[in-house]
Amino acid sequence: MTTGALATTRRRFLAGGLCLCCLPAARRAIASPGPFPTDEIAEGVHIRRGFDEDATTENEDAIANVGFIIGRDAVLVADPGGSLADGENLRATIKQKTDLPIKYVVMSHVHPDHIFGAGAFRRDEPIFVGHARLAEQLAQRGDYYAKGLAELLGAKRVGAPVAPTMEVREKAEINLGGRVIVASAHPAAHTMSDLSLLDKKTGVLLTADLVFVGRIPSLDGSLQGWLDELAKLKAIGAARIAPGHGPTAVEWPIGAAGLEQYLKVLERETQQAIASGKDIETAITTVAQSERGKWKLFDDYNGRNVAEAYKELEWR
Amino acid sequence: MNRLWFGFALAVALPLCSAAAQDDETARAGRWADLRQTLFGDRQVLNGDGKITLDAQDRALDAALVPVTIAVQNPADVKALYLVIDDNPAPVAAHVTYGPAGDSRLLKLRVRINDYTYMHAIEETTRGELYETHRFIKASGGCSAPAGSYDAAALADIGHMKIRPAEDSGAGASFAAQLLVRHPNFNGMQMDQVTRLYTPARFLKSVEIDHDGQTVLSLESDISLATDPAFTFAIKGAKKGKLSIKAQDSQNAVFEQSFDLDQLGS
Repeated sequence: MTTGALATTRRRFLAGGLCLCCLPAARRAIASPGPFPTDEIAEGVHIRRGFDEDATTENEDAIANVGFIIGRDAVLVADPGGSLADGENLRATIKQKTDLPIKYVVMSHVHPDHIFGAGAFRRDEPIFVGHARLAEQLAQRGDYYAKGLAELLGAKRVGAPVAPTMEVREKAEINLGGRVIVASAHPAAHTMSDLSLLDKKTGVLLTADLVFVGRIPSLDGSLQGWLDELAKLKAIGAARIAPGHGPTAVEWPIGAAGLEQYLKVLERETQQAIASGKDIETAITTVAQSERGKWKLFDDYNGRNVAEAYKELEWR
Repeated sequence: MNRLWFGFALAVALPLCSAAAQDDETARAGRWADLRQTLFGDRQVLNGDGKITLDAQDRALDAALVPVTIAVQNPADVKALYLVIDDNPAPVAAHVTYGPAGDSRLLKLRVRINDYTYMHAIEETTRGELYETHRFIKASGGCSAPAGSYDAAALADIGHMKIRPAEDSGAGASFAAQLLVRHPNFNGMQMDQVTRLYTPARFLKSVEIDHDGQTVLSLESDISLATDPAFTFAIKGAKKGKLSIKAQDSQNAVFEQSFDLDQLGS
């Protein structure tokens, strides 16, 4: 082995002082190249279930539910995947199902597990659709996210974030030929750049991370805003929705129950912590513990959610 | 990575791991040596075991908000405290100098972490000695990022302050309180929603706290403090009288507010 190769190997296994080779690698999901299985949750609406994990070298950040909608004339990608590698696999999956051109790539919000695959679709020259605040959020965080993912996957398989070329401020209609998709931009909720999609043909709602099922939600926008947006989404007459994490489809609005319960417990107990003079460090370890058994990755995200809720609510 | 390649890489990489980690440690030690030289010149910096403790999450849950607690064993001996975040763009997160009404036993701050980094807490005694403690903080993955978005609406409130009694209220000779200051503490990474231009760094530069005309502490800071900076500190004496706060940001905006401690509650 040459010195150059040696250095690469060392870098690859050294994520900022953390030796990946010293971590237990057992039982972690492994993404394989090429097309992956999807569920057709409604006619022409295909969703891949993400792994319920954080990003790892092996899962290539294929941890979010991502998919595509096939119209008469064109295909819309509804979240391009968590890395360039994941995006390539999604593209291969689409090409296996249809020869129609990929005309739209929708990026549901700023988080890397949903949108770092966008680069895989550049060769299709699609319209990249995002919330009006997505570009701003990507400019602030894109490089940081890319660096973190590159430590796990290597820069080549991470790709670079892609800025939206069509920005949605309130609502926009996207016509795939005989099939209209309504994109709605939400005020600060899960993040500050959440975009949901309603397929008017089948009535299916693609909420992305405005709904989590089974995998702990992550709060990165506004707790009050999320509760408000969830109430509005529940009032939409969709029979089924595709959440951003969890099963590829759940019944609606019953599928919102777990998330709503968690957010309300988080709000109530954080308010109580603030009112009783508990500081943020204490709140992080005590709030919403009754929810622990209900969610995967609870210990990885609950503390962060409490910190987010605390800094929002302490100014009320 | 396929399974075969991963297994191969694992086999060759294992012996290299410790060597690479050592390289890293050497670089980190060099960074601290530089910082120490810049801050303290040739003064000796002694091991602070038994003098000063520094608490924070080992793995930052949120890179934009990492709560940090510094506690000292002999507050009467302490003239000033430093919090240094080695790998942040502006490493000196806080330099706190205590006045006659200040009790240095407890200091809590919320900071940003840009990368895996060492964090150092240093106490400077009234005799001019320096004692140091440190810990290593891993940055978090997932959706966390050191630069959060800030809503334009919140800017209308800039400089607004709150005082809250802190959970730890001391043993009677002093009491602890938390000061919250509404301020975006822009680190230059935020972008204007409308113009799409980067917002220039604008951060809280100094905070002076007085109790009934006596100085509690004065703090110098920079972009390492989290948005809406929060400070928990202790004040000598009983929880009554007037607490006056004067804060100034890097654009020389001055924010002043006073609080009647009799109204504070417990």
